[in-house]
Amino acid sequence: MTFQPMACIEARGLHKTFGTIIALDGVNLRVEEGRILGLIGPNGAGKTTALNAILGLTPYQGELRVLGRDPWMERDLLMRDVSFIADVAVLPRWIMVSQLLDYVAGVHPRFDRAKAEGFLAKTTIRLTSRVRELSKGMVTQLHLAVVMAIDARLLVLDEPTLGLDILYRKQFYDSLLNDYFDRNRTIVVATHQVEEVQHVLTDLMFIDRGRIVFDRSMEEVESRYLEVMVRPEQVAAARALKPMHERQVIGGSVLLFDGADRQRLTALGEVRTPSIADLFVAVMGNHASVTQGAAR
Amino acid sequence: MNTMNTQSNAMPESSRDSQIDESQVVTPAVLSATRPMYWSVRRELWENRSIYIAPLAVAALILFGFMISTIHLPGKMRAALASHPLHQQEFIEQPYNFAALLLMATYLIVAVFYCLDALHGERRDRSILFWKSLPVSDLTTVLSKASIPLVVLPLLTFAVTVVTQWIMLLLSSAVLLGSGLSLGTLWTHLPLFRMSLMLLYHLLAMHGLYYAPIYGWLLLVSAWARRAAFLWAGLPLLAIGVVEKIAFNTSHFAAMLQSRFSGGPEAIAYPAQSSVMQEMTLLTLGKFLISPGLWIGLAVFAAFLAAAVRLRRYQGPI
Repeated sequence: MTFQPMACIEARGLHKTFGTIIALDGVNLRVEEGRILGLIGPNGAGKTTALNAILGLTPYQGELRVLGRDPWMERDLLMRDVSFIADVAVLPRWIMVSQLLDYVAGVHPRFDRAKAEGFLAKTTIRLTSRVRELSKGMVTQLHLAVVMAIDARLLVLDEPTLGLDILYRKQFYDSLLNDYFDRNRTIVVATHQVEEVQHVLTDLMFIDRGRIVFDRSMEEVESRYLEVMVRPEQVAAARALKPMHERQVIGGSVLLFDGADRQRLTALGEVRTPSIADLFVAVMGNHASVTQGAAR
Repeated sequence: MNTMNTQSNAMPESSRDSQIDESQVVTPAVLSATRPMYWSVRRELWENRSIYIAPLAVAALILFGFMISTIHLPGKMRAALASHPLHQQEFIEQPYNFAALLLMATYLIVAVFYCLDALHGERRDRSILFWKSLPVSDLTTVLSKASIPLVVLPLLTFAVTVVTQWIMLLLSSAVLLGSGLSLGTLWTHLPLFRMSLMLLYHLLAMHGLYYAPIYGWLLLVSAWARRAAFLWAGLPLLAIGVVEKIAFNTSHFAAMLQSRFSGGPEAIAYPAQSSVMQEMTLLTLGKFLISPGLWIGLAVFAAFLAAAVRLRRYQGPI
């Protein structure tokens, strides 16, 4: 056995069905400490179910350990070390900001109230406001301030910036990186807004129909996947190198390669690292055709 | 490998825990048990302000009405003085008992609406996802919610009633003094301390403990129902009664419910109806505590609560 860094989350054969719908179909995953994992998938792919299982909000079949605990059996203990923001609308609307801080300080042994007030001081949120009086962006700021003041080891974010304008979204990830993240913490974020997490992530996972279909570190992604913009006359030559995906743009085609030789690609056109969005489309497209082929 | 893992697991834990030990006087065991409970109850009072606003509003109404009634007090008092002592007692006690009764009714109404919303509202507004992101167990949450009708409301109702009755007494005294009447009859015929003691007993034993299975049922329905919790609270009971009537032509279930609501055979008579209650308080308390009705009720309450805890664990936002 080799010595590996301690896994923050470890799942083997995670399975979950809702009636006849299979939400998780044997998910295997391992997230090391100190990583920022992006969990990307189409609607209904099982992202939220997977996160709910990790957070002890839903029962499951299979093996799952989060920080060494069984989340379903020990949710309350686990929550001393885990924080999560489900989406923007879960803070109770009736609560006053000061009451929220009092309550969390009262029940959470690792909450630093002064720190939370420090974060809030940088915003326009007043301690006497009620959550229902705040804008959507401010509620997210408030929730983030509370979560960042908790000395947790794992932070789970499920569509944290849904419905926010660009400024708040940018600010959200900036604060997380600058004021919160360090090598002892782990962040798992599920989102559709892939472009804004692109430069934040250390690891990337795609989930589709309850299965993990892609699992790579960002370093691997950057070294393995290349995208070339090719003029029409060179498309045939480029296709010979077996791209995993091809899309048409004005003035040519963009071909995405997995593990191709950078030198040879440079001869065909401008080479760059694909965006997560393009990689997602390529992987999902291939995965869909493979499963369809299998079905036939 | 295994020992390595447990060590690396335990190290950050123990260092974090020792930090807490230094900053808190209470030991972690006590801290983890009582603090979340205390804050969860406070949280309920923040969210459901009707718990204390409703009795205060009713008390204000009672006092307002009573203030108007004092206009005729001197005349009525003179008439009462001429009547039989038993009538005097009745006349003097009546408004005080009525105030207690109104506040008791307020307690029950607030309790029913509170219980039906307690585990439903947090799922409806999705805030359950936030509460569940904190290190508070489902058991603590449900117990904190159950403590409102069982402990908080009876004590609060008691305090509001006693204060209201004393204000009423002082008001009447002032009016009687102003019209040159003596306070003797009023004060000798109004055993406020005994009434308060009986009230506290009645509130805690009868409306708290004896009604516990009712609150338990309502909490269970609020944890289970996706909508129309109010309807679901009544329909199954009605259904059981109807089926029993048709199948066996009996109505034991309905009789059981009725006995529960009315306080059962162990019902403690309302203080005003018995002047000898004072001496009987201890005896009644003993009888109450050994009555099977109480303990069966508490067992049913515990079962309902356990089911509500389990449901809350499984359920997310609606």
